[in-house]
Amino acid sequence: MSQELNIQGLGVSEGIKLGKAFVYSPVRLEDVKDQKTDAPDMEAGLLHTAKAHCLADLDALVARANDILGEEKAVILKGQVSMLNDPSFFPPMEKLIHNDKWTAETAVRMITTQTASIFESMPSEYMRERAADVRDVGSRLLMYVRGRQGSQLSDIQEEVIIVADDLSPSDTVQLDKQFVLGFVTRIGGKTSHTAILANSLGIAAILGAGSGIEQIKDGDLLAIDGATGVCIVNPDAKTIEDMREKMRFQEESRQQLLAYADKAAVTVDGFKVEIAANIGTPEEALGLLGTGAEAVGLYRTEFLFMSRSSMPDEETQFQAYKSAAEAMQGRPVIIRTLDIGGDKELPYLELPHELNPFLGYRAIRLCLDRPNLLVTQLRAILRASAYGNLKVMFPMISGLEEWRKAKGIFEEVREQLRLENIPMAEKIEVGVMIEIPSAALQADRFAKEVDFFSIGTNDLVQYTLAVDRMNEKVSYLYDYFHPAVIRLIKQVIDASDRHGKWTGMCGSMAGDPLAAPLLMGLGLHEWSMSPSAIQKIKRQIINLNRSDCQELAERILDMDTPAEVRAALEASQA
Amino acid sequence: MLNKEVTIRNATGFHIRPAQLFTEQAAKFQSQVNILVKDQGVKVDGKSILGLMTLGLALGSVIEISADGPDEEKALESLVQLVEGGFGEV
Repeated sequence: MSQELNIQGLGVSEGIKLGKAFVYSPVRLEDVKDQKTDAPDMEAGLLHTAKAHCLADLDALVARANDILGEEKAVILKGQVSMLNDPSFFPPMEKLIHNDKWTAETAVRMITTQTASIFESMPSEYMRERAADVRDVGSRLLMYVRGRQGSQLSDIQEEVIIVADDLSPSDTVQLDKQFVLGFVTRIGGKTSHTAILANSLGIAAILGAGSGIEQIKDGDLLAIDGATGVCIVNPDAKTIEDMREKMRFQEESRQQLLAYADKAAVTVDGFKVEIAANIGTPEEALGLLGTGAEAVGLYRTEFLFMSRSSMPDEETQFQAYKSAAEAMQGRPVIIRTLDIGGDKELPYLELPHELNPFLGYRAIRLCLDRPNLLVTQLRAILRASAYGNLKVMFPMISGLEEWRKAKGIFEEVREQLRLENIPMAEKIEVGVMIEIPSAALQADRFAKEVDFFSIGTNDLVQYTLAVDRMNEKVSYLYDYFHPAVIRLIKQVIDASDRHGKWTGMCGSMAGDPLAAPLLMGLGLHEWSMSPSAIQKIKRQIINLNRSDCQELAERILDMDTPAEVRAALEASQA
Repeated sequence: MLNKEVTIRNATGFHIRPAQLFTEQAAKFQSQVNILVKDQGVKVDGKSILGLMTLGLALGSVIEISADGPDEEKALESLVQLVEGGFGEV
């Protein structure tokens, strides 16, 4: 029996899992040394057989991508097939073998790295990223040249925990997600591709576990905790029992929380708020059934635009919005119009590279400059409004002119659809997101004209405190408990109250249990959060007393620093 | 040999999908297909996806497609059509 071994990494996606390790070791082009051969014909034969294997692999992957992973991934894989058949890729490898007597391995490495470096030097980011596709093709060839040395994710046929150096986007195409219990990787952090993937699929993940993972062998039993980042290799009987106990406990608390799904979020003294969910796709709206979400407070439409190679047309958008509306069966769905630019790029919009993207050409600014984008989206939303309870909000509004222009386009589109006799909902609420301090400071003016506000705390904090939270050097300053941010939130809620409107919040603050008494005290009407937070927040609200919360909020508004605010909130929950 | 100048009409230029469609189409013909970008003074093989992509062409770029071989007429016509139709993206 092997010795139990503890490895500590970064827990990036919750879940306690027990399972067999699948050690993923792709072959690495950079490890191939320059080597000559005496038998070029044999080497060329190896190369040809490898190509045939690769084409067969890619065919199967394309079929799978078409079925489950969407058009975008299928396009990339088809591109890889074309690269293999390219006259400037494969034939030069053969030449290197026959004319210069390089081995097949060396020839593959030379041509692949040479081709990849051409892409890497191109000005367009999209093209630079294609270098990874070239390397993928080359690595696959190399694997077969070596007689299938290394392992492939598409080989997985049972439930496993994948142990790897790192996982690339093209690796994850090959994954059969039903078999993946968890990930443990040597490198990677909270914002890496693997972390995002694990979170969206609900797969437990430990990243950045370091060189310790080299001691894990294929088939070793692993016990991992994706919250704490602990990975135990070859756990002994006692550890296994402990882990099983933890899994039972996890399941139990999940069950207990489930009891809150159907409860209304009403405080002890009878103040009711609406608990909503943030979603990115209509399929997620279907998944809300049973979570206790009373509405969709934020439908991020950009995913519809991101997972493809060209603009989605009106019909495609209409179908998506209609499915979301229908999935919620008459409960509200707030659709945010395209929020692209900044950190989210759309290759087909050909947006110029900016030095300061968060202060630049993005979201409503982009849509007002290219009104066709907005008109198409609003037509699709208005048409879908006949199938449920849709509301619209505009992101990144900095002043009243922007709002009036956007609202003007909305009215024009509605008039046009009326003329076309297209069925729509009688009344559709239209609101603005409060993400920019200038809009928060003018909330009283906006409140006369809009139907509602939705506070996006993530951007509001970034713009109020002038801090980029992805910058590790300054991210400590990023804090929604900063008194200045709290004052802005209060102004917005008060302004909506005075004009008989309502305020929601769709940033991560709304799903933070620590913030709940404060937001309740400030009088937030609608709370929209990640679906996994809903039951926890409901349980907490049911135990709150609004008048106590109002007193607490009064005290907090008089504080100097985020630390004081946190301390007061922590004390209130002790 | 036949040739014709065309303008790229889809927003993404020769991104993977358009480049893949173009080379797939070009490969159906026996004729040698070339793409010449005059203002860059570069010529690439029209059956090479890597060649096409590394030209870095965008919306509005002008290219000259040439076809040389027994089926040059058909080849040129179908490739020009593909580019002018914006690869179904316009």
